[in-house]
Amino acid sequence: MASPIIKKYIREGTLPHIWCGGCGHGIIMRNLAVAIENLGIDRDKVCLVSGIGCSSRIAGYMDFNTLHTTHGRAVAFATGVKVANPDMTVIVAAGDGDISAIGGNHLIHAARRNIDLTVIVMNNDIYGMTGGQFSPTTPMGDLATTAPYGNVDRPFDIAKLSVGAGATYAAKGSAYHVKDTTKFIQEGIAHKGFAIIDCVSSCPTYYGRKNKKGGAVEMMELQKKNFVPERLLERLEPEWIEEYDKTIRAMKGGK
Amino acid sequence: MAAKQKEKRVLLQGNEACVEGAIAAGMRFFAGYPITPSTEVAEQAAIRLPQVGGRFIQMEDEIAAMAAIIGGSAAGVKSMTATSGPGFSLKQENLGYAAFAEVPCVLINVQRSGPSTGLPTSPSQGDIMQARWGTHGDHPVIALAPATVEECYHLTIRCFNLSEKYRMPVFLMTDEIIGHLREGIVIPDPKTLKIENRKINKKIPPFAVPKGEIAPQSAPFGQGQRYNITGLVHREDGFPTNSTTIAGELCTRLMKKIEDNVDDIIEYEERHLEDAEVIVIAYGGTTRAATKAIELARAKGKKAGLFRPITIWPFPAKRIQEIAKKAKKFVVAEHNYGQLVHEIRLATKDAVPIEFLGKVDGTIIMPNEIEELI
Repeated sequence: MASPIIKKYIREGTLPHIWCGGCGHGIIMRNLAVAIENLGIDRDKVCLVSGIGCSSRIAGYMDFNTLHTTHGRAVAFATGVKVANPDMTVIVAAGDGDISAIGGNHLIHAARRNIDLTVIVMNNDIYGMTGGQFSPTTPMGDLATTAPYGNVDRPFDIAKLSVGAGATYAAKGSAYHVKDTTKFIQEGIAHKGFAIIDCVSSCPTYYGRKNKKGGAVEMMELQKKNFVPERLLERLEPEWIEEYDKTIRAMKGGK
Repeated sequence: MAAKQKEKRVLLQGNEACVEGAIAAGMRFFAGYPITPSTEVAEQAAIRLPQVGGRFIQMEDEIAAMAAIIGGSAAGVKSMTATSGPGFSLKQENLGYAAFAEVPCVLINVQRSGPSTGLPTSPSQGDIMQARWGTHGDHPVIALAPATVEECYHLTIRCFNLSEKYRMPVFLMTDEIIGHLREGIVIPDPKTLKIENRKINKKIPPFAVPKGEIAPQSAPFGQGQRYNITGLVHREDGFPTNSTTIAGELCTRLMKKIEDNVDDIIEYEERHLEDAEVIVIAYGGTTRAATKAIELARAKGKKAGLFRPITIWPFPAKRIQEIAKKAKKFVVAEHNYGQLVHEIRLATKDAVPIEFLGKVDGTIIMPNEIEELI
């Protein structure tokens, strides 16, 4: 029997989902559902935007207004939704490659504008959908199908990158640390401005297997052992739509 | 004549007229990125939108601007972007998305000389085939080409109307000649304009097309329908599928949306075709030289006429075939190495000799160059 949270927020007709056994994405999806439930936001007013990759399939599964877009561009699509209808709660769910490689430019500029979006990164350090290529978050030396002798690229810290670009809420969560991560997602959505929650997910199928990290359980234990959830930043600064709308009001006042 | 009193006569640049037309059509969101020679469209949108309660955003790149207007339209606001050559190339993937996901939006492409960075401030009509075939896969296309500043105004409205009716991106294929031209134009009383808004029916699946209708009738996001939009092959309910049957049906339906309605979409202008032996075919900025060339030729007793496609895509092949029967010769003039001329050759199948005049050096085709071929 599915829990009331699953019944309410998951489109059961779209199941089973495509995520592999042991993938952390499903846990993060549930965290998002719980966060929305706790905040009491009407599902009709939530827009969930995704790009391309394993993470992107979340848009099909969750019962909101969902926009499954092109690779890397989810934040730019989400910006359009938010600017056109600021009454909506607009959330982006993305993978590490989607948000920080092909979509890196959109991420930093949305953070710079401090537009009221919440970005949830399902960060598994690998391109899963295409079969295990290294991503901008794959640690140096690790193996991937396109790093057969070890990765020579230096990795991004997506949360810190976003803070550097101007995000006004940033936190790091993980699939294992359910309570903290749910709380961070909740805080990010409630926050007025650009919020990012970089969540460690796990990919036993590609990253785990290639790098001998064990199966689903062992990878979760690694998160428990090695990862500490952390809120990096929460501060209020002028938000893009609020600032823009001052001009609209001034224009109408001048009529 | 109360209606007449609300008409305004103003001096506008082609690029500015596009924005005025868009606002009259109901555009309230513009996302752009600076690129010559289209920049004035963004600049005018930045000035005008807050005055009418709309919003303008300058995005970080061309791709983002295209993405943002698709998002804006999904949220129910009529949305537009503008670009030129390199930017049009960059927008192609998301244009394909909008066509496949059936999201209405308008793109003004002020064509400039290419390829690559080319001659950024010089005129061209080099994106005609890119407009038709630029994004991967088969997809429907509507593209219009204005020849005057006043047409920039009216055809931008028509782009929005077609976009809402057919639920797809529509291009205004203008060029540096028309984009930077200043002319006095009449802005009509807004009450006299025909404005189309997307039909909405929340009781049917978001991508179902009721019998006798042209396009799906999903509601904008936020109005309680809670459906999925995707660039994957999708069912009528919006969810992805690997069914080859549904893939075939969906792609065919999208192409038929245009093919079955060409008479509604196609517009053209004809001059002196009643007695013309030589028909000049030109569109957009090139029309102006063609019109003058025809005047010069007729003054010398030559029976010359003009056929100007206003709708470039879908291409008015049927009408071209009809006029080919009466003509002794076609003269086709375009600011490119030969693009629309291929469609004309395909339609006429050598029924009429065709002389082609193309330019790829960034200079403007002159009336005497066309007249020499008449």
